[in-house]
Amino acid sequence: MKRILIALTLITAVFASATCTRRGGNCADPGGTIKIGVYGDLTGQTSSFGQSTKNGSQMAADEINASGGINGRQVQLIHEDDQGEPGKAATVVTKLINQDQVRALIGEVASSNSLAAAPHAQEGKVPMISPSSTNPKVTQVGDYIFRVCFIDPFQGEVMAKFAANSLKAKKAAILFDSNSDYSKGLVQFFKAAFTKLGGEIVTEKAYAQRDRDFTGQLTAIRDLKPDVIYVPGYYQEVGVIAKQTKQLGITAPLLGGDGWDSPQLWDLGGDSLNGSFISNHYSVDDPKPEIQDFVRRFKAKYNGTAPDALAALGYDAMMVLADAIKRANGTECAALRNAIATTKDYKGITGIISLNEERNAVKSAVVLELKNKQFVYKETIAP
Amino acid sequence: MDTFVQQLINGLNIGAIYALIALGYTMVYGILRLINFAHGDIYMVGAFAGYFIALKLGLGPSWGGLLFVLIGSMVVAAIFGMVIERFAYRPVRKYARMTTLITAIGVSLLLENLFVALFGGQGRGFPQLINDTTFPLFGNAAISKSQILIFAVSIALMVILQWIIFKTKVGTAMRAVSFNLNSAKLMGINTDAIIMFTFALGSALAAAGGVLTAQYSPTIDPLMGITTGLKAFVAAVLGGIGNIPGAVLGGLLIGVAETMVVGYGSNIGIQSTYRDAVAFAILILVLLIRPSGILGTTVQEKV
Repeated sequence: MKRILIALTLITAVFASATCTRRGGNCADPGGTIKIGVYGDLTGQTSSFGQSTKNGSQMAADEINASGGINGRQVQLIHEDDQGEPGKAATVVTKLINQDQVRALIGEVASSNSLAAAPHAQEGKVPMISPSSTNPKVTQVGDYIFRVCFIDPFQGEVMAKFAANSLKAKKAAILFDSNSDYSKGLVQFFKAAFTKLGGEIVTEKAYAQRDRDFTGQLTAIRDLKPDVIYVPGYYQEVGVIAKQTKQLGITAPLLGGDGWDSPQLWDLGGDSLNGSFISNHYSVDDPKPEIQDFVRRFKAKYNGTAPDALAALGYDAMMVLADAIKRANGTECAALRNAIATTKDYKGITGIISLNEERNAVKSAVVLELKNKQFVYKETIAP
Repeated sequence: MDTFVQQLINGLNIGAIYALIALGYTMVYGILRLINFAHGDIYMVGAFAGYFIALKLGLGPSWGGLLFVLIGSMVVAAIFGMVIERFAYRPVRKYARMTTLITAIGVSLLLENLFVALFGGQGRGFPQLINDTTFPLFGNAAISKSQILIFAVSIALMVILQWIIFKTKVGTAMRAVSFNLNSAKLMGINTDAIIMFTFALGSALAAAGGVLTAQYSPTIDPLMGITTGLKAFVAAVLGGIGNIPGAVLGGLLIGVAETMVVGYGSNIGIQSTYRDAVAFAILILVLLIRPSGILGTTVQEKV
């Protein structure tokens, strides 16, 4: 009995010490393979986001390793699934930091999940680069949190400019996802920019994630006869919204953001998506040779799947990180943080990436038109 | 006026789906005094069954294909219902009612997580089995083909159900079992078979609801049954649980109530996202004011 007790105490002690290992003590570079944690929604509601990021970042890591690694050191990505839930994002990031001892983090796509995980990265002094969270609050968590995409004020403004200038819209209705920081952020900045350009917001209606019936909101919107309807949600709901919009006989175009970008969107919305517009980070159709070369490599690696913007951003996040590790000559936490923070004019797939003092990338956005199950390049709008 | 009519159509539409599911809750409660919390997940199973049938057969938009998918998914769900009754509920039937209730919650979680494990948590687009067109009524009001379909199929199914319960032998047996299980057994009724049949019937109706919803809003996922199932349960309680016309009435009322909150709530300061809260507010009110439900009576015929 006594022996069992001693054994139990020992086991508890071992586990306690293992889980208590804080990063604070080992900021120093352990050398050898560089471990990087990538977390995202691999199985939840928006799993196409997580899968794209995973594929993009993994492709970057494979290319880095194939060409001899970073300063001769190989990169190992550890992918974790948070099922698209903020609580789980915090859990997997804690695991990546404490148990796997990763030197940096890439993730998440959805701003709500990045916001839940970022405090843990900040506390552990593990630099985190979000590939595609556009809500401004994300990088405000702390000086170890970065992103390689533009932010919502810009994305909301781009669509407002496009609606007012290119579509000559006077009246806009808004239908947004009340569960998402991303959606609420876009609405806020769209509204400000659209009214400043002389437009009028006729109504704002909300829905909840997992809603499957939007006819109530859409009927109310229809009677106000808006010229455009701004729906900055995620593809899961947007697909259904597009279908029910057409069922109710609404012809005003739907406008959205990068949350629409998923091959899944077409299965849900089909032809009812024709004539909608979204703002996005890049376009697969962009004729620039480096983009076309990236698209070709990606398709060759992943059975002909075209890289959506989230895959391209996952790739860029990994490449920016690799570039910083190279310049920092290792992964000592403060040195790596400073190297990422001073990223300037990095030529990424999604544009030229320079981080500003708020640790956000400043770059242009594209407007895409949805036509016959394609995102067709329409115009580029600079910051 | 046309807006109001449109919202009414929208509301009756989801209401009809709630009614189809509520019928299953009410029938099982009538016979076993069991709240089958896995019933909402049977609705999800039905939608997935329809999805795979349509996909495997490569069905495009056609009435024949739709009918085939509808009936096929109802059969699959009926089998699921019977298997669950036989292997989860029957072994614990003789124990306290709390035991069966907890078993039902367990079955519900099992189905949800099993489907997440098998097919992933992501929503999938449901194949379009009808070419949806919209018919204008008056003013701005319009009704779409998939909406007409929901009304037509649910009314037809409810008529068939009424016929089964009141005009057939098995229906008579169901009513007998709902009055008194032991006496029914003494009269020579195979109560186990009748209970199983009730589960099959309820599950088939829920599956029809699943396929019809998927036609209307083309996305299905393993957790789609949770909220819808809970609202259908509230509908059953509102109408008077154990009462069949009550389940239909309750379903339609909940559907219309939540749509009206979405459409007009903002006029009185209620956000459109409170739609789910409405069902539960109604539940609380019913339990406070009239616990037996609108059509429920203290001495009632329960099937």
